Amino acid sequence: MARTRFIGDSGLTVRMTTVMFLLGALFVALIAVLMYVFPPQYAPIIGVIGLGIAWFQWWTSDSVAMRAMRAREVTPEEAPELHGMIDRLCAMADMPKPRVGVADTAMPNAFATGRSPKRSVVVVTTGILGRLTAEELEGVLAHELSHVAHRDVLVMTVASSAGIVASMLTRGAQFGALGGRRNNGGAAAMLVMLVVSLVVYAVSFVLLRLLSRYRELSADRAGAHLTMRPRALASALQKIAGGMDQVPQRDLRASQSLNAFFIAPAVRGLSLRTLTSTHPTLEQRLEQLARIDAELGRQY
Amino acid sequence: MGFWDVVTGRSKPKQARLDALFAVPDAGITLQTGLGLTATGDGSVCYRAAAGPGFASTEAELLDLLGRSEGAPRVTTSQDGFGFTWLVVDHDPVDPAQPDLSGLCTDLHAVNTTLEAQGYGPGLLCSLVPFTSADGRRVGLVYLYKQGTFYPFAPIPGGGQQRDSLLEIQVRDALTGELPMETDTSRWLPVWGAPGL
Repeated sequence: MARTRFIGDSGLTVRMTTVMFLLGALFVALIAVLMYVFPPQYAPIIGVIGLGIAWFQWWTSDSVAMRAMRAREVTPEEAPELHGMIDRLCAMADMPKPRVGVADTAMPNAFATGRSPKRSVVVVTTGILGRLTAEELEGVLAHELSHVAHRDVLVMTVASSAGIVASMLTRGAQFGALGGRRNNGGAAAMLVMLVVSLVVYAVSFVLLRLLSRYRELSADRAGAHLTMRPRALASALQKIAGGMDQVPQRDLRASQSLNAFFIAPAVRGLSLRTLTSTHPTLEQRLEQLARIDAELGRQY
Repeated sequence: MGFWDVVTGRSKPKQARLDALFAVPDAGITLQTGLGLTATGDGSVCYRAAAGPGFASTEAELLDLLGRSEGAPRVTTSQDGFGFTWLVVDHDPVDPAQPDLSGLCTDLHAVNTTLEAQGYGPGLLCSLVPFTSADGRRVGLVYLYKQGTFYPFAPIPGGGQQRDSLLEIQVRDALTGELPMETDTSRWLPVWGAPGL
């Protein structure tokens, strides 16, 4: 039996599973409350609309994200180095090659999106191309390809569905309260629903951030094992994290909606940072990479 | 990846598949009789060297092992522009009347099993056996470990980064049925500047 240098991490698995379970339980609770409060014929319609939006976001994620970042797809002739790197990483990981895009912005970042590994796109900014060495860039690309292989866009979409439905209901409740229906029973039902959906939204928000951070660590880990160079990814992360502060504030806000898919977050959380951040701290990521570095270098 | 892997975000590094390499000597004879391509007798393995003392000592042992065998080949390593290591096994040129690639394939297989046994199987990218024709055309028979398939790669001599697609298709057609050829041409990774091409 061949040795493997890929050490299992049961703690991570337990946490991931707990998060997924709690999200599912929340969703069920939300639907149950709705069925109780609303006349039965409304509940399915509301659910279907919310999930339809989530599904649409997921289905069109590649083209929407490309357009939002003003990225354009590049051919192997235009960017032979970048394509060569991704070709080799995909051959090592045995995965279909995603499309490759370049976004013309000074902000050093990279993201991967798309509805499935067969239809996904990896985008790097010109800022990251200029700032990183070839080795570091490869580490970043391996991280993004791991997101593709882990189907993170799909998982995050499913996980955020509860939040989407809840936030829509919150809005619906607000409009309903502003409207003319003033009988007592209706107002009480609206209030209950408003509170319930707000609570659901708040809890799913925190859980979603938690899930996002663990998936970032998973992608770091798989990426480092793919390139076998955890150091390159570590130094890339340090460079990018340093570079994020130098970027003008306006650019940062403009790209806020894409934050969940970036390799390093473009927006800094002010308070509750550890709870609501989509990405783990740089220290956590570097600690994990240092452990992988030790595993790979160990002599038997 | 299965459902469980997707939910937990865990992927296991893909391990290499090595056995198909032993079918290469027969394929070499087919290429010589069918297309007039003769093996140069060399071969190379492309892998990603891990950082740290573990890999360094494995590689040193490997070079020592290959150098000690009977009729030992000259073994060299070099780095390419993408950060991969090419380990070149340089045998004496084969006799066109009696082409025998089995020694070469045994060496290539030894490289791969050694790396795999030490836990570096996921770092293997490909193996390459170059062939050449009388009119100077060159084609490499590339083995992709993770897919377990072969594909031809034929750069046009002196043509910059251009591939001789016709020759590649001829090689594929000649070897289909004999070797597991890669049917998805998007996986036919160009390896420009590979040793022996």
